[in-house]
Amino acid sequence: MVQLVWLGAAVISTAFTDLYYGFGVALEPHNLLWCFVGVLIGNMVGVLPGMGPLATISILLPLTFGMKPVAAILMIAGVYYGAQYGGAICSILLNLPCHPPHAVTCLDGFPLTQQGKGGTALGITVIASFVGASWGITEMIFLSPLLVRAALQFGPAEVCSLMLLGLLAGSTLARGSPVKGVAMTVLGLLIGIVGSDIETGSPRFTFGLPQLDDGIEIVALALGLFGIAEFMSSVNKISDVNTKYSNVRLRDMRPSKEDLKKAAMPMLRGTIIGSLCALIPGTGPTIASFVSYATEKKISKTPERFGHGAIEGVACPEASTHSSVQGDFIPTMSLGIPGDAVMALLLGALIIQGIVPGPQLISEHPDIFWGLIASFWIGNILLVILNVPMIGLWVKLLMIPYKYLYPSAMFFVCIGVYSTNNDMFQVGEVLVIGIAGYILNMLGFHPAPILLGFVLGPRFEENFRRALLISRGDLMVFLERPISAVFVILCAVLILGQIYVRLRKPKGNGSPLVPPEILLAAQSTHPGTAHAPHEATAQARSPVTS
Amino acid sequence: MLRTLVHKRDFYAGGVMILMGCGVVLQARSYNAGTLMHMGPGFFPLILGVILTLLGMLILGTAAVSGGDRERILPEQPEWWAWTCILASPVLFIFCGIHGGMAPATFACVFIAALGDRNATFKGAFLLALGVTTFGVLLFAYVLKIPFQIFKPDVLEWSNWFGWVPL
Repeated sequence: MVQLVWLGAAVISTAFTDLYYGFGVALEPHNLLWCFVGVLIGNMVGVLPGMGPLATISILLPLTFGMKPVAAILMIAGVYYGAQYGGAICSILLNLPCHPPHAVTCLDGFPLTQQGKGGTALGITVIASFVGASWGITEMIFLSPLLVRAALQFGPAEVCSLMLLGLLAGSTLARGSPVKGVAMTVLGLLIGIVGSDIETGSPRFTFGLPQLDDGIEIVALALGLFGIAEFMSSVNKISDVNTKYSNVRLRDMRPSKEDLKKAAMPMLRGTIIGSLCALIPGTGPTIASFVSYATEKKISKTPERFGHGAIEGVACPEASTHSSVQGDFIPTMSLGIPGDAVMALLLGALIIQGIVPGPQLISEHPDIFWGLIASFWIGNILLVILNVPMIGLWVKLLMIPYKYLYPSAMFFVCIGVYSTNNDMFQVGEVLVIGIAGYILNMLGFHPAPILLGFVLGPRFEENFRRALLISRGDLMVFLERPISAVFVILCAVLILGQIYVRLRKPKGNGSPLVPPEILLAAQSTHPGTAHAPHEATAQARSPVTS
Repeated sequence: MLRTLVHKRDFYAGGVMILMGCGVVLQARSYNAGTLMHMGPGFFPLILGVILTLLGMLILGTAAVSGGDRERILPEQPEWWAWTCILASPVLFIFCGIHGGMAPATFACVFIAALGDRNATFKGAFLLALGVTTFGVLLFAYVLKIPFQIFKPDVLEWSNWFGWVPL
């Protein structure tokens, strides 16, 4: 017992030393500046209807090539969690679920706005976000070193099965049909193969084009799938927003004591649910927010108030979104396994900087890891400061029409992808990928798993080949080594579970974690990952309010 | 049965996956597969191609057994004009970039994309393109210093742009 306490104290004290070091890195003026730029841009695109964090990060990715690794990662991460703050404003004031995680916030946030309590909802959101994010960060501080200690023992076989588990979870637990998700992951792995073979150097799938020898550019892939294809599906679909209710002043934002009291417990419950969801790859913030809203409605004494402006219905999904967003970084940074497309892009940025993601990252590049964690705190505080007094400015941004937005974004897509290699070939690449992405979108495929497969592909193949070389070609190696066997069994459970859900409920939607009526709301926000038109919102509201 | 099948979205989804999978397998066969112990460059793509084909069959199979009405594959309001404009935008960027330089490329790219909106006017698109070009050239040429000439030296020469037209 005494030993346990002693161990706990040691863990906490190392964590504090590391964190102190991290703050030193994150507070360097250069890094602080880029962190600020990141959250500012993130908050901005979060508010803009029709622009998502994915497209923005892909556009910014070429700019990070010339930056130092720490600054680059801090900025990209800042865009991601900054966009979550902005997305909430959009949902509450306009009833526009700009980002899927905030779709549920509309259900109660917009009625509150109609009742003239939009400011209170925003105030509660800021508090809930900060609470959720703080918990997610704390979780990362203590959990990552433990995960790393386990993962450092992994040989190629374990790494390979873990990646398989990550890829399967990432493609089947997310939205849409699981079979289609797996198909997209395989496609992503195949796209990752294009280029020279890592061991023999012979070109594969390059079709005789020397420009493809280095493989497909991640910037071109991301901008094609989340830029051009996305613009094609949202053009002329986003009507001018109704800003009738968006007149919010700073003093409206202070919540009353009664509201705070009502929101406190849902906030904590949302935080816990979010942090649990973050640990399962593939169940990012979107699922976390839906699950927590459903739970809150179920355990509430007055469930009929939900959908008509219950402050709990704003507090719990927002807290869980933010705790899940921060928790998403845990598997990404400590194991090198991204849970969703944004994390895949972040890993892509690391790889471009010449840093190999994986369990050795914390010890080899402590400045990146602890600097990132410290920057989360700084970034979240900056976001609270940005959002509270400047709310009027963000509301003004909501009024930028999409017809000015997407042509300007097209320019950034073209010049961004050109600047990766200063070669027009890349621009052609993004065009082809964009067309293919839109066709896949029409056929009901979600593009996010492609990016997961693409980023993990080369490391997956390398470890697969190495594992079988060591085992002298014996496939049983994946089952004989105990840790690897656990991962393989988990994969099997995942697949069998999906089949079971399918067979029991033929019209089921593949995501067993979310109750159907909330899922309906979620469905109307896709296939567009970054937007949903007014009609969709109306549909999203009806099943729950009725 | 086939008649209902051709109106299913998953019929095409599965079909595309099968075609791609088969294509990958055919192409991968030309690379050395090696053995399980010493895998060649062709081994991994071969497995993936087979898996993709199987998944395609699964998707197609579910489409065949599930009943239901016709499904829409194109969105309810196909935006052919807007799609053309958006796709023409990178094409013009490449063309004008090679022959004219960064400024003409930016202008053409933004102008054509802006025309895709239903309420677009020539004047509005022109002003937007002008604004983005000014800002973009300042940012990318002067601040970020991307090696991309603002104007090619012979940008005004007719033959530079259309020299390839056999007249």
